Amino acid sequence: MGSSVSWNDEGAGEARVALAGRLTIDDVTDLANALARQPAAPLVVDMGGVTAIDTAGAWAVNRMVREWQAAGYTAQIDGAAPDVARLLAALGAPPPAAPVRPDLGNPIIVQLERIGRAVYGQAHNIGLFLAFLGQTLVVLGATLIGRRPLRWHAVVHQCEVIAVNALGIIALLLFLVGLVIAQQGAVQLRQFGAEVFTVNLIGRATTRELGILLTAIMVAGRSGSAFAAQIGSMKLNQEIDALRTIGLDPIEVLVIPRVIACSLMLVGLAFYGGLWALIAGGFYVWSDLSMPPAAYITRLQEVILQSDFAIGLIKAPVFGFIIALMGCFHGFQASSNAESVGSRTTQAVVESIFLVIVFDAFFAFFFSFLGYN
Amino acid sequence: MEPLSPVLPDDADVAVRVRGLVTGFGDRTLHDHLDLDVARGEVLGLVGGSGSGKSVLMRTIIGLNPARAGRIEIFGANALDPDPVARRNLRRQWGVLFQEGALFSGLTVAENIEVPMREFLSLPEPVMAELACTRLRQVGLPVDAAAKYPSELSGGMKKRAGLARALALDPPLLFLDEPTSGLDPISAAGFDNLIRLLKDTLGLTLFLITHDLDTLIAICDRVAVLGDGKVLACGTVDQLRAFDHPWVQEYFGGPRGRAATTLPRGEAA
Repeated sequence: MGSSVSWNDEGAGEARVALAGRLTIDDVTDLANALARQPAAPLVVDMGGVTAIDTAGAWAVNRMVREWQAAGYTAQIDGAAPDVARLLAALGAPPPAAPVRPDLGNPIIVQLERIGRAVYGQAHNIGLFLAFLGQTLVVLGATLIGRRPLRWHAVVHQCEVIAVNALGIIALLLFLVGLVIAQQGAVQLRQFGAEVFTVNLIGRATTRELGILLTAIMVAGRSGSAFAAQIGSMKLNQEIDALRTIGLDPIEVLVIPRVIACSLMLVGLAFYGGLWALIAGGFYVWSDLSMPPAAYITRLQEVILQSDFAIGLIKAPVFGFIIALMGCFHGFQASSNAESVGSRTTQAVVESIFLVIVFDAFFAFFFSFLGYN
Repeated sequence: MEPLSPVLPDDADVAVRVRGLVTGFGDRTLHDHLDLDVARGEVLGLVGGSGSGKSVLMRTIIGLNPARAGRIEIFGANALDPDPVARRNLRRQWGVLFQEGALFSGLTVAENIEVPMREFLSLPEPVMAELACTRLRQVGLPVDAAAKYPSELSGGMKKRAGLARALALDPPLLFLDEPTSGLDPISAAGFDNLIRLLKDTLGLTLFLITHDLDTLIAICDRVAVLGDGKVLACGTVDQLRAFDHPWVQEYFGGPRGRAATTLPRGEAA
């Protein structure tokens, strides 16, 4: 096992090195080190004792030959078996090591360049997004007035994926949130002897804000990401190009059904999620405050304003539109490799949740300003 | 022993031995007690119609696909051994070139070639970099491709880079899935010559799936025909041409099959 290298400088004005054993990649480092010598005389490499050689071994031998020839000495290979000689000849002088990674240059410049690129990229992204928004609105408008076909089949399918398949997780999520709010609210309000107002807290907070907000975040995580990943991988797979060549508009085929389904379904899901939060609240006040369900329902009817309910549901389609639009937009921006689909999916989720919260804040101030407190 | 049998004599020096292999998906059986031998140092081509299970056979041999029954031995070791250490040692014995190269998209070409070296050997960085560049040259890529990412390469370059990665540890056995598909005829001929050279100089055993008749004729010592869940016949192209089976006749006797034989690319080179 292993290779052996023995140098013999006794000869008249020439350096001889005898190689024997297995010249393979397993101990190529030792081999390369043993062969590293300052060229000082013509070189003769005796390979008579070599029992096995692979590309790595041949590389080491050829590299030595290259070094000696570069220093102006002749280098000659002796006693190599025909196969070994053929491998050495086929590989030829090894190329000098090329950089393994792209050269990035000065780190300060690199950082500045990165910042510049990020700023430019974001500005460019906003431009692209506005263009995409415009395109989508034009096609959506044309669809709504009947000048473009609406793909009912796709809409129904998306409704199922977005809403029906999410019923379980949303119920669980909102139920738990309802419980936590009721429990925390009761603990605080008990200090003033006002536990009964827990019902006000649950009723108003969930119908107006939390029901829709948490549902939207869940849908962004579940469906927004799916839109980005689906459309992104379709783009990688050239399916988008195929749609265009067949004469189909990808916006019409892929985006409009998702936007419509997501906007509509979020209304239903928000209502459904809010309901579960209220059920959880009722459950808590029943067990902890001994308020019977019938009394809880009557109290709810008194404290929840119709405007709260309306404000909650008005926001839903807007959030649904944002989520679907962001998911589709980032899917279309994916390019060339699997990594970009991943990063675009992340961006779709992060940006849609961000925008949902920004719009939620906007709605909150807007409706307060209009006097719906 | 009947002629054109895929089974070699028991005393033959065999790199891959498959016996009674059964694979399938769901209630569909793909390979039904399939036998195949690949002799050490030979180039075995695997052909068969679409859906005959060529890729699945290769994936099963390299352990990417479970076998329902049967035995697979690679250099005498059981390839279906569930012991992870044994499997890992076995995996060092072979390199695989996937159809599209399957390069890791987050790494540069040179880093891709270094991955197996990092995993199995502890070589210093400069040696790995030089070896990676030598590999690139060996498969006919320019050295400046080393620092490029796979997305910057053309299809043919990806294949070559994938071959460089498969060769990174100088494995004695190489699996190639459609090595010349999607290449222009000049690159394909270059690839054939490259494979032949690797085989002659390194004594590699090659198992390749191909539909390229030129490749079959130029570099394969034997060709195995897959059909009906079994290896229908295994022999040289000339032997197969005389084999009486409609699919085999159509394959080698069709216009493309005849054209490939009358103008053999490998002999012209």
